[in-house]
Amino acid sequence: MAAVYMRRLGKELREIETEAPPAGLRLLKADDFDTWIFQIEVLGDSLYRGERFALKFRFDNTYPFSAPAVQFVVDSQMRAPVHPHVYTNGHICASILGEDWSPTLSVISVCITIQSMLASCKKKELPEGNDTYVRTAPDNPKKTHFVYDDDTV
Amino acid sequence: MSSDYDYSDEEYDDDEEMLDAEDGEPSTASDEEMDIETDDIKVISKGKKKLYEVEYDPLTQAEVEDLMRGDVENISAIFGVDATAAALLLRHMDWNKDRLIDKYMDNSAAVAAAAGVSPASKASSPGPERPRRSTRSASKTHRKVDPAPQPFVCPICFDDTQVETSELSCGHAFCTGCWNAYVTGKIREEGEHRISCMGEGCGVLAPDNFVLKVLDGDTETAGRYQELLVRNFVASSRNLKFCPYPSCTHAVSCHVASRSSLATVVPTVSCGADPKHKFCFGCPIEGDHRPVLCSVAKMWLQKCRDDSETANWIKTNTKECSKCQSTIEKNGGCNHMTCKKCKWEFCWVCMGPWQEHGTAWYSCNRYDDKTGVSARDAQSASRASLERYLHYYNRWANHEQSAKLSVELYVKTEKKMEEMQLSTALTWIEVQFMKKAVDEVEKCRTTLKWTYAMAYYLEKSNQKELFEDNQRDLEKAVEDLSELLESPIEAETIPTLRQKVTDKTVYVQKRNEIMLEDTAQGYEEGRWKWNTPVEGYD
Ligand SMILES: [Zn+2]
Ligand SMILES: [Zn+2]
Ligand SMILES: [Zn+2]
Ligand SMILES: [Zn+2]
Repeated sequence: MAAVYMRRLGKELREIETEAPPAGLRLLKADDFDTWIFQIEVLGDSLYRGERFALKFRFDNTYPFSAPAVQFVVDSQMRAPVHPHVYTNGHICASILGEDWSPTLSVISVCITIQSMLASCKKKELPEGNDTYVRTAPDNPKKTHFVYDDDTV
Repeated sequence: MSSDYDYSDEEYDDDEEMLDAEDGEPSTASDEEMDIETDDIKVISKGKKKLYEVEYDPLTQAEVEDLMRGDVENISAIFGVDATAAALLLRHMDWNKDRLIDKYMDNSAAVAAAAGVSPASKASSPGPERPRRSTRSASKTHRKVDPAPQPFVCPICFDDTQVETSELSCGHAFCTGCWNAYVTGKIREEGEHRISCMGEGCGVLAPDNFVLKVLDGDTETAGRYQELLVRNFVASSRNLKFCPYPSCTHAVSCHVASRSSLATVVPTVSCGADPKHKFCFGCPIEGDHRPVLCSVAKMWLQKCRDDSETANWIKTNTKECSKCQSTIEKNGGCNHMTCKKCKWEFCWVCMGPWQEHGTAWYSCNRYDDKTGVSARDAQSASRASLERYLHYYNRWANHEQSAKLSVELYVKTEKKMEEMQLSTALTWIEVQFMKKAVDEVEKCRTTLKWTYAMAYYLEKSNQKELFEDNQRDLEKAVEDLSELLESPIEAETIPTLRQKVTDKTVYVQKRNEIMLEDTAQGYEEGRWKWNTPVEGYD
């Protein structure tokens, strides 16, 4: 498993570095195979015009058979987007990061999905129960059992 | 195979020894009866079933697997699909065979697709019934030997040296190494038996033979997979339940625990692995809560949780001697306390002098409403209701605590008896009467414990008085036996002690029998009236 994990991330990284990533995405950090950070913005007409976010990926050697841990960076400079599926601690409720994950998906395909999740947002609002979730959430969003109520993500 | 499984020849009943005791002839209790090593446990015939017992069958994991296989073979034969497809169909319908047959006869293609047997797109294609082949060959393996124009590159690992690929009925091919890593992770990390195709958005599920094939002889993971399948089967079956005891793999099949029957029956069952593995088939309580109904037991436990802070002081294991105020630690199961310092004898439960409990045994089990009345006059009604609750809770908690302590006591006693065995002519079997007695005390304290939960919710009536009479008789018998077990053991007095303990044990069994039988009969006759609304009871 460990061999696949290194080879896959190595290949994905080479592709990102050689072929420029899709519009609106920029690799900020990929010094190792533990944590990668992307800058993400939604181009074109959307509620998030002009906003920039940072998306953090955490991997372990079960990747790509198990989904990476993906969340928005929330720190002194960055905020998570206000979105009905994004908690203020940066955790994202999206089925492809959980039960709908497929090993054929990649880091870039996750970024694109998150981009389109933001692009299609109709109303900026926090998820229901945000405060309770943020207070009790585990550090790793993969440990949360989200209930997916929306087929669009 | 019908859904009515009969394993009556396997039936095991640990109350069997009670039958021997029923005649009330304690002196006839012989070594054989008291010998816990006896392994020719007789099959209790249906006719002898007691009112407070339910019919059930203890099952080993292998027997549960047989039931599961039976359902699979049944569906496989009816639908003409192979067993692995039948298993996926059954799991999809939560093992509800009737519903599956209904739906499948209606639209087999749609059901097969929803169950992950065949790809969704094919299923939605127009046309009548799908050919049988689609469900029969749910998996294929190709060994790519001929130099194909384009070498296969696995879209997951991008390792082009991998030549062996596998695919499910959807045709999404991946290298077998990736399949192995994926399936292993699903089973071991996620504890998941539903293993979907690795293709994005593909809902086809891996059938059992495919899973086993890609595991490639990893028997540990294959064993875990089988366990997950059995867990899913039992969880889906209303008539099956796993034994809740840690690391026990046995289960029980019981057909009486329907919601309506729980208003009159307490379905206590035992898994067959160990007579101590008793649990309730009707609710999540991991133990025998007879004689009180599931819904009443649940109410009581909730009340105890809600009121735990106020009641906490009672659970403490130390008290002060009511005479000299020196601290006394309860270290045995018996309620007859003697202060080491001043030799004052008193009852642990009510703290009153033991003298009064002696012959005209005691009203310690009955809550005296008069104190309630005066308390109501003097103070608020809430104070009275707390006092009333504490009365029952105190006794409830005490029996729980004492049951634990008597087991500890037994360990100590057993050691002593072993030493004695070396120094006297007594055989191992001859010193086993203590074990038998301790088991009985523990069992009866469990009954007693729950009778206090029941009494708390019983409406004041003549029936309740009779209930409390039985409770008192059982309690007295148990305390007597308990005290006997704590008396000092000397080699010379062993034969007398043995006779006394044996006689008492038989008597205690009889009292417990009466308690349980009468309550069960009361449920049947609708004799018990509650002082609060009880779920499923009117
Ligand atoms: Zn591969
Ligand atoms: Zn597929
Ligand atoms: Zn068990
Ligand atoms: Zn119950």
